[in-house]
Amino acid sequence: MKSYEALRTAPNPDHAVVRGPGEVEVHLHVNGESRTAIIEPRVSLLDALRDRLELTGTKKGCNQGACGACTVWVDGRRVLSCLTLAITCENREVTTIEALSEGDTLHPMQQAFLDCDAFQCGYCTPGQIMSAVALLAEGHVGDDTEIGEWMSGNICRCAAYPHIRAAIRRVRDEGGPGDASR
Amino acid sequence: MSPAIGATLNRVDGRFKVRGESRYSAEVPVPNLTHAVVVNAKIASGRITAIDTSEAERAEGVLAVLTHRNLSPVATVPKLLPSLAGLAAPGQSFFPMQDETIHYAGQPVAIVVADTIERADHAGTLIRFEYAPTPATTLLDQARDQAYVPERIFGGLLPGHASRGDVAKALAEAEVCVDTTYRFAPNHHNPIEPSASTAVWEDADRLTVYDSTQGPNSVQFTLAELLGLPPISIRVVSHAVGGSFGSKAMVWHHPALAALAARHVGRPVRLVLTREQMFTSCGHREEQEQRITLAAGADGRITALRHHKLSLTSPFDDWAEPSLQSPSVAYTSPNYEGIYHLVRGNTITPTFTRAPGEATGMFALECAMDELAERIGVDPLELRLRNYSATDPESGKPWSSSGLTECYQRAAELFGWHGRDPRPRSRREGQWLIGTGMASALYPVTQPVNPQRARARLYNDGTAVVEAGVSEFGTGVFTAMTQVAADGLGIPVERVRFVGGSSDLPNVTAAVGSAGTSAVGSAVHLATTQLRDELIRRAVADDHSPLRGADPAAVQVRDGKMVLRDRPDVGETYADLMHRTFMPDVEVLGTWNPPPQDAGYGVHTFGAQMAEVAVDADLGVVRVRRMVGVFAPGRVLNRKTAHSQLMGGMLWGLGQALLEATRMDPRMGRWANASLGDYLVPVNADAPDVVVDTIEVHDEVVNPLGMKGVGEIGVVGVAAAIANAVHHATGRRQYELPITLEKLL
Repeated sequence: MKSYEALRTAPNPDHAVVRGPGEVEVHLHVNGESRTAIIEPRVSLLDALRDRLELTGTKKGCNQGACGACTVWVDGRRVLSCLTLAITCENREVTTIEALSEGDTLHPMQQAFLDCDAFQCGYCTPGQIMSAVALLAEGHVGDDTEIGEWMSGNICRCAAYPHIRAAIRRVRDEGGPGDASR
Repeated sequence: MSPAIGATLNRVDGRFKVRGESRYSAEVPVPNLTHAVVVNAKIASGRITAIDTSEAERAEGVLAVLTHRNLSPVATVPKLLPSLAGLAAPGQSFFPMQDETIHYAGQPVAIVVADTIERADHAGTLIRFEYAPTPATTLLDQARDQAYVPERIFGGLLPGHASRGDVAKALAEAEVCVDTTYRFAPNHHNPIEPSASTAVWEDADRLTVYDSTQGPNSVQFTLAELLGLPPISIRVVSHAVGGSFGSKAMVWHHPALAALAARHVGRPVRLVLTREQMFTSCGHREEQEQRITLAAGADGRITALRHHKLSLTSPFDDWAEPSLQSPSVAYTSPNYEGIYHLVRGNTITPTFTRAPGEATGMFALECAMDELAERIGVDPLELRLRNYSATDPESGKPWSSSGLTECYQRAAELFGWHGRDPRPRSRREGQWLIGTGMASALYPVTQPVNPQRARARLYNDGTAVVEAGVSEFGTGVFTAMTQVAADGLGIPVERVRFVGGSSDLPNVTAAVGSAGTSAVGSAVHLATTQLRDELIRRAVADDHSPLRGADPAAVQVRDGKMVLRDRPDVGETYADLMHRTFMPDVEVLGTWNPPPQDAGYGVHTFGAQMAEVAVDADLGVVRVRRMVGVFAPGRVLNRKTAHSQLMGGMLWGLGQALLEATRMDPRMGRWANASLGDYLVPVNADAPDVVVDTIEVHDEVVNPLGMKGVGEIGVVGVAAAIANAVHHATGRRQYELPITLEKLL
């Protein structure tokens, strides 16, 4: 498992070729594993993850890039997987919520969300956590105003926002590097 | 062993949720799955004159294109009935795709089933419809002259008008009178998980539906009527639900459409509503206005309250969210008149939206109270205390429990209310005008009608599984039930597993009206304590038990061990007894028969809200800087999850006050902002830290554990506290929600 920082700086060659519009073989690298999907080029990364690769931890809230529930990392940057075509992610490293824990041990941010009750229904939670971990690495966790601003791309309709900030503060103050490898 | 009830246990399903492992309704793996997409009417009124499905049918991967011409008709369309009643609970007394008539924009007109979601979606765009439109009514202003007073509203459960005393006389004799009208934009729930149904026919009369719902049994009963099948043919499963706020409280069309489509193609069908469809497919808080007339003496004591509401409903149902109920009992008022006025329009039937009615009705009353306080020169909190009613003003009966004055007092302390300078525009910090405001919060305690059931099974290793058909949509009910069961059995929470979310489990009503946890909690409490008592009874009757011959009432259970209350060294564990007597398990079905709604008491939940706002003097931007909410919700089962419910409710109130509005384009009769980018909800940067506290009140009337509910009371009064604070900051009264910045320029 790679750290968030290492993922961000990974080389990302872009080989543009014309394929489709019918189904094509798309080779993805997700959570450190090679995965192949037979999909049309119009399939979003979100639908590829959820419907083809059975990685349903990434959520579909609006499919319009407005709610942040589908946040994953592509080459270490947080992206909205609903607005990203799966085929454009070939030769890139995709990281989802399923890769965050180390076996049975929760990532510190997952543990902090659990302990701070930083969610209710849990549907936006994977996206919140993927953003929150990235926020630490990006250095946007100076104070609550900054956290609030940079976490505002992830809507929580249960409105656990104060607890989400508390969870991020806790990981920040415990010196967590925002590092998936702990 | 300290009691589990009242502790701050982490959510039992939390670990799965932070790992992305919980399976929501669109995520359950199903072999041979197909995908359905609903196509919606583009006009708001009229009929379909022609349909061309040929291109869609030819599109790659398409298995079926269904319209009213080839969809098998539903057997019966049950009448709207709120799901708390425990029966079939359709969101409206209308089912689409039975003929060519269009009643509202967004009404389903076709379903496409294909092998992938992308292909179904694309094929849906290839269907050609021709319409003959007729003029549509989509705004109150278009038809206020056609308003009528319904005999009953809310699925027939509430009267359309109510009165006591002589309002006209009291108004004529009033020393002070506040008469104001408030307008409310429509609101949409927008849970982050869109509604989803996956329908799987095991054979011709065995259907499983994975559905996102507040009540699996409600879906089962509703589908049974729509599909013409007995309830035994239908199983509804809801493992995890991604928020609801009322949008999944009633049963809308998508589970039945998914089932009909699946039967048609002979394969499982998954139907997930799009975000845009969430604005036209599962109800909303209706556009409304409310006129409040408060008559009072010079000392501020209310002599009359007149409360009229005008709102838009559908062609099918006399629906109004019950905005007048809580205000009618908030204060002593010998004379009262409340009337609902409805206008029929081209809309889906509106529905429950978190604090349905209370959020708007208490806004109107509490803003009017603030105006009254200003008029007579009395502190707003003092005015509430002068009008506090120690009994239910409607029935004259005592409250089952209240705690309201204690809530005021505690909120004032936490907020620093006393010593407030009441003059508007009296406080400024640079560019910002600062103001504070307060409001009362009331929410009714509504009892389910049908018996509430839960099953408890204790195994001979001392672990227990406890089951009931409640679904978990973020309330924390699975966690709270684990705690109730642990205390009922006298074992640690780690040895309890609570299972819910299926109509095959013991029947409980839909978790609505802030009554879900108390309904299922009462049943779990009875099941587990009866199971404990059963084992104690067996122990004292067993010749080999150290408890032989003891009085069962003298035995208690701690950490799975039955011991004499006054001699804790004498006893044995459940496991010892069960192993010795060859019992693999013991099982009890607990049944709670709710008391009648009118059991000789007024039953309401109370609270107090306070808010501080900063308003940009030039730009009109409103920032809520802090909020304090203190509530008396009876027994709190889990301090952590209850706090989250109340805090989330208060932030919902912030959204109602400042952000949330669905805008109708009357030209097309369609919502103009049906997306999460355009319908504004609070985001992290909008949400201040919130101080939440509770006042303990003991209530022996409402249910065995004295729970009054925390799901909605947090919303009530927040918008009024914010609007009153905006007035305090700026000197400008607010008569319309949301308070957008142009109203302050």
